[in-house]
Amino acid sequence: MEVFKYKEPIKFMENAKKFGVFSIVLIILSLGLLFTKGLNYGIDFAGGTIVQIKYEGTAPIDRVRDIVSGHKNYAGATVTSFGSDSEIVIRTKQASKSVKGGAKVEVQKMLASTGKFEIRRVDLVGPSVGEELKTKGLMAMFFSIIGILLYLSFRFEWRFATASVVALVHDVTIAMGMLALFQVEVNLPILAAILTILGYSLNDTVIVFDRIREGVRNIKSPEMEDIVNESVTRTLSRTTLTSLTTFFVVLTLYLLGGEIISGFSFTLLVGVIVGTYSSIFVASPILMWLNFSVVEFREKEAAKLKRQKERDKQRAMYEQGTI
Amino acid sequence: MGKLNYRVVLFTFAFLFGIVFSIPSLTQSEEGKKITLGLDLQGGLHMLLSVKTEVALESKMKSVGTTVKYNLEKADIVVEDLKIDDGKVMFELLDPQDTANVDEMLADEFKEVNIKKSGLVYEMSLSPELAIKTKQNAIDQAVDTIRNRLNMFGLAEPTVAKQGSDRILVEVPGIKTQEDEDRIKSLIAKAAHLQMMAVDEDRANRVYSMTEAEARQFGDIILDDVAEDGRKYLLYSIPILDGSMLTDAKVGYEQKGTRPLINFSLNGQGAKIFADFTEKSVGKRMAVVLDGKVYTAPNIIQRIGGGQVQITGAFTSQEAHDIAIALRSGALLAPVEVESQRSIGPSLGKDNIQASLIALIVGFLAVIIFMVLYYGMAGVVANLALIANLFLILAVMSLFEATLTLPGMAGIVLTVGMAVDANVIITERIRELLHAGASLTKAIEQGYNNAFTAIWDANITTLIAAVVLFAYGTGPIKGFSLTISIGILASMLTAILGTHGIYQWILPRIDKRKMKFWFGIEQDIDMKGAK
Repeated sequence: MEVFKYKEPIKFMENAKKFGVFSIVLIILSLGLLFTKGLNYGIDFAGGTIVQIKYEGTAPIDRVRDIVSGHKNYAGATVTSFGSDSEIVIRTKQASKSVKGGAKVEVQKMLASTGKFEIRRVDLVGPSVGEELKTKGLMAMFFSIIGILLYLSFRFEWRFATASVVALVHDVTIAMGMLALFQVEVNLPILAAILTILGYSLNDTVIVFDRIREGVRNIKSPEMEDIVNESVTRTLSRTTLTSLTTFFVVLTLYLLGGEIISGFSFTLLVGVIVGTYSSIFVASPILMWLNFSVVEFREKEAAKLKRQKERDKQRAMYEQGTI
Repeated sequence: MGKLNYRVVLFTFAFLFGIVFSIPSLTQSEEGKKITLGLDLQGGLHMLLSVKTEVALESKMKSVGTTVKYNLEKADIVVEDLKIDDGKVMFELLDPQDTANVDEMLADEFKEVNIKKSGLVYEMSLSPELAIKTKQNAIDQAVDTIRNRLNMFGLAEPTVAKQGSDRILVEVPGIKTQEDEDRIKSLIAKAAHLQMMAVDEDRANRVYSMTEAEARQFGDIILDDVAEDGRKYLLYSIPILDGSMLTDAKVGYEQKGTRPLINFSLNGQGAKIFADFTEKSVGKRMAVVLDGKVYTAPNIIQRIGGGQVQITGAFTSQEAHDIAIALRSGALLAPVEVESQRSIGPSLGKDNIQASLIALIVGFLAVIIFMVLYYGMAGVVANLALIANLFLILAVMSLFEATLTLPGMAGIVLTVGMAVDANVIITERIRELLHAGASLTKAIEQGYNNAFTAIWDANITTLIAAVVLFAYGTGPIKGFSLTISIGILASMLTAILGTHGIYQWILPRIDKRKMKFWFGIEQDIDMKGAK
């Protein structure tokens, strides 16, 4: 099967400015959401307690709400259903420090009259641990961006590195905006998902950039726009296919992976879409706009080649004993 | 078939390696190294504890007080107001002639304790170095103690480890029932602080009308009976001896009847102190106090030598068993508090495995079918690499005896999506070259060449992110980045090297007129005219 067959390069970059505006609007909207609605931090980062309960049959969620709101240790606690009719989750900001007892025993006692149930999960995070996890998460993000920047500058050129990091920040911001919009609970796995987006987005950008790097060497036109258009067209098939396969895999994870992992896979779904979009419509135009000079690059490459040849020649002469 | 080349041999070797070493994990056999399931997949208890080290300082002070008291009494030195106040041990000498004696004794016994003297009033406090040492000691000792207790409790492979400078990580997998979890928690929390305390017989009859503050003025404390039946005891606050002198504790039963009791033995010093005390105190009562509750307070009938003591009291034989474990493994110098806790029931773990397995299988099948439909035989070759990749991930994780968590499963699912990427890139390149009219051999060699830098750079960037995640992540995130990292490395071996080798090997067998079958190209290209 072959779907992508193009005789002529698609003129992606013709509308680059429009996509640029679109991206900026998306970013502004995302930042707006992040500052107004904010992220819904789960207990991993905010501290607190989660108790997941499974009833035999339908959970009497209203009764549970009544009982829970009447208990002094559960002021402000929320009770929501979780995945199915029979499961509910109680969330509270409090985190008991006692090893014995704690939320499990309390809930067991408190809800004894509401029917037969099993406490399937208790997650408790104290405030100090939550803060620590937040700092560590930010550090992880920061250091991976630095590491990637360094690597790409070394392998490509600083403009490539800058463009890919801009695309990366673009993707992560929009993904976080979506998290804020849908008020997805942000826990450790979500952090992992965001960092995966980071890796995925780069992966995609690097593949396109690799083709552009190749194009700069091989394509006759000295115009960056032509080179970008042709390179993006040539990778379009791969970009679409890989994004689709990854998308389907993540989609099955989202649909079948169960409630616990749904926030994680939702974030990835957003990431796959935005990451694919950004490598074509964000990273590549930025490379163009950063005044990447094809002629200069070719001259540099030529000079490098010449130096290499000279070195080889000298070595050859040296080995022959003429120097 | 073409000649065997090193790539195919390496790939076959890796494939076999993957299968062989993932067998123990897949069959869950007893022998061999295998992947352990994380708590979220098999259920269990995870706790991060902190130690209230200030309590360790207090009890250190108390033991200083005990030693001072014992030594003063041994030397027949009379003091007034021996008490612990505000973290200091204080007393006043009655006879100034004892000063030299006392100074010598204190200097002998307490090397790291600051001693302040004003007239005949002594004030003793811990030096900063000793305070730090005591705190550290309390944490280290808590780690050992909790580990011992959980090991003695007899559950499969609990993990107890110090995390950072002042936290303790406790993981107990495979807890089946709520009762077991409760017992484990109370076992961890039990201070197991055993003390022998003398009853203040002079004022004992006033205990029910006395306040805590009044008791403190006499150097006494009021403690409840463990039965919580309202009985109270007035005890000298400085104990005769404590659990640090205990060497063993066993559960026994009363000679008549079936009430459980705990027998324990004291070490030489403890036995001597105990014998001396009982000799002096015949006719008086001595209370056995565990974690601030009086278990028993019998009359002393005669001197008790040999250092064998018994506790009776209101406990079931299961409780007695747990108390004995706690006593044997030593007291917690300071109580522990929960910083974070995850408790997952076994049924939820099962659901989690099932859900992620289904997602893994469905996602995997979808990718495999798609590859064959779109790329023909090239898709089959890619799928072979994908399967080898999966086995390799499992094998490497088994060899490291890594823990597979739910995010780890997600990592594997994601790797499937990304590992196939390498083959998509390669096959697209080969197709491109074929369209451009290259010969098959050239298309394959050139295709791999062209694709290599892209795959390499893309994989390395992802690997950088994964490694940083591993370094900074905790628990669930570590599992995720681990599987991704292994997956990336394995895919370089299988997807690039492996498939390349396969093509080289089967090259003579590839029918050059059937490019649709082999590479999924729409029109079969007539290769005769190709250069």
